[in-house]
Amino acid sequence: MEDLLAARSQMALSLGFHIIFACIGMVMPFFMATSHYKYLKTGDLHQKNLTKAWSKGVAIFFVTGAVSGTMLSFELGLLWPEFMEHAGPIFGMPFSLEGTAFFIEAIALGFFLYGWDKFNKWFHWFTGIVVGVSGLASGILVVAANAWMNSPAGFDYVDGKYINIDPVAAMFNDAWFTQSLHMTLAAFAAIGFAVAGIHALMLLKNKNKQFHWKAFKIAIVYGGIAALLQPLSGDLSAKDIAERQPAKLAAMEAHFETSKSAPLLIGGLPNEDTKEVDYAIKIPGALSFLAHGDFEAEVIGLDQIPEEDQPPVLITHIAFQVMVGLGMIMMALSLLYFFSHWKNKNWQTKRWYLWLFVLATPLGFIALEAGWTVTEVGRQPWIINGFMRTKDAVTPMPGIFYSFLIFTAVYVSLSFIVTFLLYRQIKAVPTTYEEGKDQKKALTPQ
Amino acid sequence: MLYVVIIFLCLAILLYLLLGGADFGAGIVELITPVKLREKMRTIAYETIGPIWEANHMWLIITIVILFVGFPTIYTVLSVHLHIPLLLMLLGIIGRGTAFIFRHYDAVKDDMQRIYNIIFTYSSFITPLFLGIIAGSMIAGEIDTNATTFYSGYIQPWFNYFPISVGLFTVSICGFLAAVFLMGEAADKEIKAAFTRQAKVLNIATVIAGGIVFLAAEIEGISLMRELVTNPFTLVILLLATASLVLLWYFLGKNKKVLTRLIAGFQISMILFAVGLHYFPDFIILKGGNNLSLYNSAAMGKPIITLGWALLIGGVFIIPSLVYLIYSFQRNRSVS
Repeated sequence: MEDLLAARSQMALSLGFHIIFACIGMVMPFFMATSHYKYLKTGDLHQKNLTKAWSKGVAIFFVTGAVSGTMLSFELGLLWPEFMEHAGPIFGMPFSLEGTAFFIEAIALGFFLYGWDKFNKWFHWFTGIVVGVSGLASGILVVAANAWMNSPAGFDYVDGKYINIDPVAAMFNDAWFTQSLHMTLAAFAAIGFAVAGIHALMLLKNKNKQFHWKAFKIAIVYGGIAALLQPLSGDLSAKDIAERQPAKLAAMEAHFETSKSAPLLIGGLPNEDTKEVDYAIKIPGALSFLAHGDFEAEVIGLDQIPEEDQPPVLITHIAFQVMVGLGMIMMALSLLYFFSHWKNKNWQTKRWYLWLFVLATPLGFIALEAGWTVTEVGRQPWIINGFMRTKDAVTPMPGIFYSFLIFTAVYVSLSFIVTFLLYRQIKAVPTTYEEGKDQKKALTPQ
Repeated sequence: MLYVVIIFLCLAILLYLLLGGADFGAGIVELITPVKLREKMRTIAYETIGPIWEANHMWLIITIVILFVGFPTIYTVLSVHLHIPLLLMLLGIIGRGTAFIFRHYDAVKDDMQRIYNIIFTYSSFITPLFLGIIAGSMIAGEIDTNATTFYSGYIQPWFNYFPISVGLFTVSICGFLAAVFLMGEAADKEIKAAFTRQAKVLNIATVIAGGIVFLAAEIEGISLMRELVTNPFTLVILLLATASLVLLWYFLGKNKKVLTRLIAGFQISMILFAVGLHYFPDFIILKGGNNLSLYNSAAMGKPIITLGWALLIGGVFIIPSLVYLIYSFQRNRSVS
């Protein structure tokens, strides 16, 4: 495997792994704060046990997210030194703020996890909120840094040199808002559906029904609202990308030829040699409308992008289709939940209903990874869009393939261990919680 | 503003060595704790280090961020030429961080615990070893930015006596710091005595390893020792550190919790301070003499200014809450 491909694979693997854990660390604190709040207000022991059960999961995920994030801060330099040497001072602002946000998150998590019955109960609850808010801030800041790679700002490029650097302008680049919004909603939707799915499975097994039902409700309300808002955010992103990165939009849509009243393709297999898309359903004019708000508008195709500046079409298009398709399914399930909540509670006890949510458990994560693939692969061949190519940024050290192998082994084993631990935690739930009958059985603080 | 950034950089490195060091050291101490005491030892380590270990870890991230935002050339040269030790250190960081939490949060306590323990203890050894190797390589003068072969570019910079001896020195420092820290936390007499003994053993090991560092420096032709001794400032600092050894042993015998910690922290800070002062403002000594300093590689102008402000504002939030975190759990432990 050549070094560039190995470096890209290692980076993709590391980010793909980190993104899941980072999202869990970002979203779960809000779920916990909700159940914790309900417990403090009503004294419902289920809610207390739920908070503790979730917080154990969060501790496992948080540490995995923290170490994989630490690795990434090194990997940026280990794999892309040329990029970091020039980009570091420009897009470093969100990273330095993220350091603070993450530090606060770690401190607040120390208080939250180890502080049961040791502090004023509302102070303790508040530290949970701080974990969530600072986690969310970290996520937004890191995405702002990524947005800069898509939409470089805050410097002048003169004779191969990056001068007149303005880190604040770089942070508030044109893409930071749409990308951060999309990522945040995606995190809430993915984690909401995953958590709801796991609890739905427990409900199907008839275990601790009250406990799991309460958990399901909190998770699906968060996840459902996010899934319903996500298409709006996606629309903002699409219009933004049409302006800033027409090549990416063209690859996402496999739009080979510039045309007016461009059709929206659903599904389909792009053929990069013949520049045709097979098996796609075409909705006339819809792409023009989504990109520019006008059914007649012209949408730039790949024919207007020089060959050497075109992103890979096949991967970008398929990833985009997967993301949108899964997003639609999640939106439909959200509607189902809210409809059943208001109109037909009877459904909520039916097996088919719970099964739908169990099957949806991984959908959000798959959509998350697909979306990440769209934004990263769609930016290729650039690492700094329009300024530096990925191939020029890679480390001169040979043998990156071995490093990729090591990282793969580490991430695969970590994934297995985390899944295994989570499985054990979930299995332990019936023995630790006795449907609230025995109050002393509430988990002892760890 | 450059000085604000430099102060934060030094502070982050020092705190990482002291707090993170005590944290790595817990694994090293565990490695040399008699098997029958290990279970108790782990409980104490978890209770005292658990709440703050994530925060300890953050000093490393702060260091890295300061380097790549403020001193990008330094970050790049380190990442390229010390790729291999950095990678090995990262593997250590992953291993110990995850194993530490996993062994506690595994709902079933079975044979998996043994695996977690093995990963935790060995990666606790590997991480400071390579951390020290990286630090040693920065002043060993073997990093050659014009290297033409794989060996001279990516192996030679760190694979020689001096960096390796610094690595071993770092391991013993971390173990020593952890033993001193844990000693003050143990309520049980037997285990307290064990920690005190380990603090003494690891202190001797640190002194010996320090001697080996100077020896290795002589072998590699690094005039560190002679220059540290001939400069009156660094000489005084080193003498202070050496003199405080006597006090340390006295208070170790008396089981003084706060005083032993202060002296241990003081000694380690002084060593770092002397070396830092000697090389300042140089940060990486390159082969051929074009050293990378905190002046010539700083991203001057707005990057340094905004970084300085970000650190100042961050410091306002972080430092009080961190102090409160440590204070609260210390108080809670002494109450219970």
